[in-house]
Amino acid sequence: MKTLFHALADHVQGLAGPGETIVSGFRGEVSDFIRFNRSRVRQATTVRQAVWTLSLVEGGRRVDASTTLAGDPAADRDALSRLVAQLRDALAGTAPDPYLLLPDSREDSDREEVGSLPEAGAVIESVLAAGRGVDLVGFHAAGPIFEGHASSSGQRNWQRVDNFNFEWCLYHDRDKAVKTGYAGREWSEAAFAARMDFAREQLALLARPARTLEPGRYRAYLTPAALDEVTGLLGWGGFGLKSQRTRQSPLGRLVDGTAALDARVTITENTAEGLAPGFQGEGFVRPARVPLVAGGRHAGALASPRSAREYGVATNGANGGESPESLDLAAGTLPRGDVLAALDRGIYVGNLWYLNYSDRTACRMTGMTRFASFWVEGGRIVAPLNVMRFDDTLYRMLGSELEHLTAERDLLPSSSTYLARSTASSRLPGALLRELTLTL
Amino acid sequence: MLESLKRAFREAAPAVDFCALRFVEETSEQLVVRQDVPEPPRLAVDRGAMVTVIHAGGLGYSATSDLTAAGLREAAGRAKDLAALVAGRAVHDYGRLEMPSPKGRYASPVAKDPDALTRAAKFDLLAAESAQCRVDPRIVDWEAGLWTTRTRSAYLTAAGGEVEQDFTFTVPSLSATAHDKGETQTRTHGGRGNGFCRQGGLEVIDAFGLSGAGRATAEAALELLAAPDCPTGTLDVLLMPDQMVLQIHESIGHPLELDRILGDERNFAGTSFVTPDMFGTYRYGSDLLDVTFDPARAGEYASYAFDDDGSPAAREYLIRGGVLLRPLGGAISQARAGLAGVANARACAWNRAPIDRMANLNIEPGASRFEDMVAAIEDGVLMATNLSWSIDDSRNKFQFGCEWGRRIRGGKLAEVVKNPNYRGISATFWRSLAAVGDAATVQMTGTPFCGKGEPNQVIRVGHASPACLFRGVQVFGGAG
Repeated sequence: MKTLFHALADHVQGLAGPGETIVSGFRGEVSDFIRFNRSRVRQATTVRQAVWTLSLVEGGRRVDASTTLAGDPAADRDALSRLVAQLRDALAGTAPDPYLLLPDSREDSDREEVGSLPEAGAVIESVLAAGRGVDLVGFHAAGPIFEGHASSSGQRNWQRVDNFNFEWCLYHDRDKAVKTGYAGREWSEAAFAARMDFAREQLALLARPARTLEPGRYRAYLTPAALDEVTGLLGWGGFGLKSQRTRQSPLGRLVDGTAALDARVTITENTAEGLAPGFQGEGFVRPARVPLVAGGRHAGALASPRSAREYGVATNGANGGESPESLDLAAGTLPRGDVLAALDRGIYVGNLWYLNYSDRTACRMTGMTRFASFWVEGGRIVAPLNVMRFDDTLYRMLGSELEHLTAERDLLPSSSTYLARSTASSRLPGALLRELTLTL
Repeated sequence: MLESLKRAFREAAPAVDFCALRFVEETSEQLVVRQDVPEPPRLAVDRGAMVTVIHAGGLGYSATSDLTAAGLREAAGRAKDLAALVAGRAVHDYGRLEMPSPKGRYASPVAKDPDALTRAAKFDLLAAESAQCRVDPRIVDWEAGLWTTRTRSAYLTAAGGEVEQDFTFTVPSLSATAHDKGETQTRTHGGRGNGFCRQGGLEVIDAFGLSGAGRATAEAALELLAAPDCPTGTLDVLLMPDQMVLQIHESIGHPLELDRILGDERNFAGTSFVTPDMFGTYRYGSDLLDVTFDPARAGEYASYAFDDDGSPAAREYLIRGGVLLRPLGGAISQARAGLAGVANARACAWNRAPIDRMANLNIEPGASRFEDMVAAIEDGVLMATNLSWSIDDSRNKFQFGCEWGRRIRGGKLAEVVKNPNYRGISATFWRSLAAVGDAATVQMTGTPFCGKGEPNQVIRVGHASPACLFRGVQVFGGAG
């Protein structure tokens, strides 16, 4: 793919006419996808795909396009030549773009993280063997992911990341399950077995009679995976410059300074320690870290080039949607091993699910408990929970009701495969809350 | 191109029990005018093919964008290899499937060719409505958009099956956001999140009612800004079609998907409170509830003649008189479950394998006029335009919110209220259905963004529904 990328980048660079700038992006993957259900294989798919995105800019006007690549350099060169000609025609009917912003300096990069990924057959063998005697349902995605940027100014950026991500559930019955993940660049049978052993231990807890709670307020511990659902919802318009300036951000009161989170809450877009590329579509190189919330107060926004030009600030290399790709919530001080004792009596929320805003202005959100969530008494797990709905504001959850963040954090690679495999990730602690409001 | 593709596929198909090729080419254009500024047009071409192989009881899929004979041969080889790996280890003996060998064509009904207007003329239409949104300094953001897509697809089997389906999708949109004193309210025209989505050409823009929508939408956002919060309590609710679309989708559509019932989605999208033994007897809703899977409704967003496993599509009742009759399950799920289903094995693109999806899932109109439903409410809230949605992984406990509410007292429409929310449980909610609007209340909308599946797939879904009245619902407003 790298050879194809550079060959096509050279070709497209040569297509730029006088006064034209061509900005190109490349996204490719070679993926194995294997779905499991009831400890058998449901579907096995391989996908080989590559997409070239192209922006033609001339006289302050811009047209964007994308096209699937065939993988044959000669055919793809012809296709891109035709596309550039088509965009040149389209520019004629396009108004100048007052918010156009392209890099004015050249900063090349090249990052390759080649892994030792398991063959599909080996994964099927391992998973089916590990799933004997239990009801395993899961999904394995593996292979290299390629991303590139090239501009007619000569800038080139490239990233290849090889990885696998296997997420699976062991089901006790109906909606009672333990969810586990194993991701990385080198598959280890021992590491996989250790995770499976832990999941089997938790599965045993789900066999106990389930507890149904009445609506009300409960002490609660959110694991990093559960908290990832909360920060994932915030990423949907919360941290973007445009949503903040147009008063649509759910964090509007934080931005205004009329509300604050707990002083221990510090949120950063931490590209330096994430998995996403250090450059974005137009070719802007991302800073190592962008502070978003510091000491519980608003500290900054993700600014795409377009928003940056519109609102007169510097871009920090955000994507067009201005959503985080490497979100980092600072660690607290509570050792993970002390979580149950500190919780004492309340709910241990292994996962949350299907969050949405019930009052966006107030950053009040709702969602469901899911998978391995338990009722805890005397610092010990006593029963699995039947699913419950919560409805509460962020200003309570990570503000007035935040008792502790854990000292240890998890790196949670995104398992999203919409359109293409994601390279986003988050690094989060768990959160102990004095109260979480359950409503149904 | 299709002729050369057919030749290439015939050359590439290996000697296996079953081999099919599904080709998809999608060409799209997205135009947006935001705050009176035209954004750069976005054009896209997505083209490729998926090869399906069933051999010796195994099933394998391989997707490629290399559509040469060599590219297809390589993909078919990978699919065959995967089928071999899966054989004897799968949830089903796929060798026992009788896969269709269909022949036929489908094309979206198009009254006005999308290309009849130049791109500049389309921008002018959007700019005119954008300009009309600027009614008050408290309108802080607004945009109008037009998203058109043409999809050519072909499904070929090595045994001679040939289906060609051509789709034209048109999705106009318009929204305005008002802000004042720490409060923000957004109003959209025709449904949030590209909810006004249909097959067809420029006539869809007329049906959307773009002309004049800018001012009306901005004024509605301002009206919400000044409105009191929706009250809290157990009240009757009158859900308008652009909220019913979500109610149908989340608490009928997803729980009836047979692959969820079979457990395939438990690691991601979730399971279902519906179990196989319920079909034929379970009372899903009141006797006013009639739900159809209708892939033949002209202009609805997810109409088609054949699904992506080649099964011919036909209208079926899923729920009739409130009784659950059949699931949303395609040929493979039907074989696994031993239940009759519908032709809904669908893939979102060439690079994803088909799974059970909603397509057009509709509530049939009833006999109640809108004004009679309002008159039948002593104390309630009318809610319109979905804003927020959340439901558990069994698709049972839900909480939904709308953009727009209006109090109903003593059988009459009263003041506008903001932040209307309600919650309930699917298994009992539909039994509180007390009136179903007549055909005059029906709107045909949908969503381009129904997410499900591993690998993830986001797919087009259509929903047509009348306004519906529910009794005794848990209603509440914002946090204040």
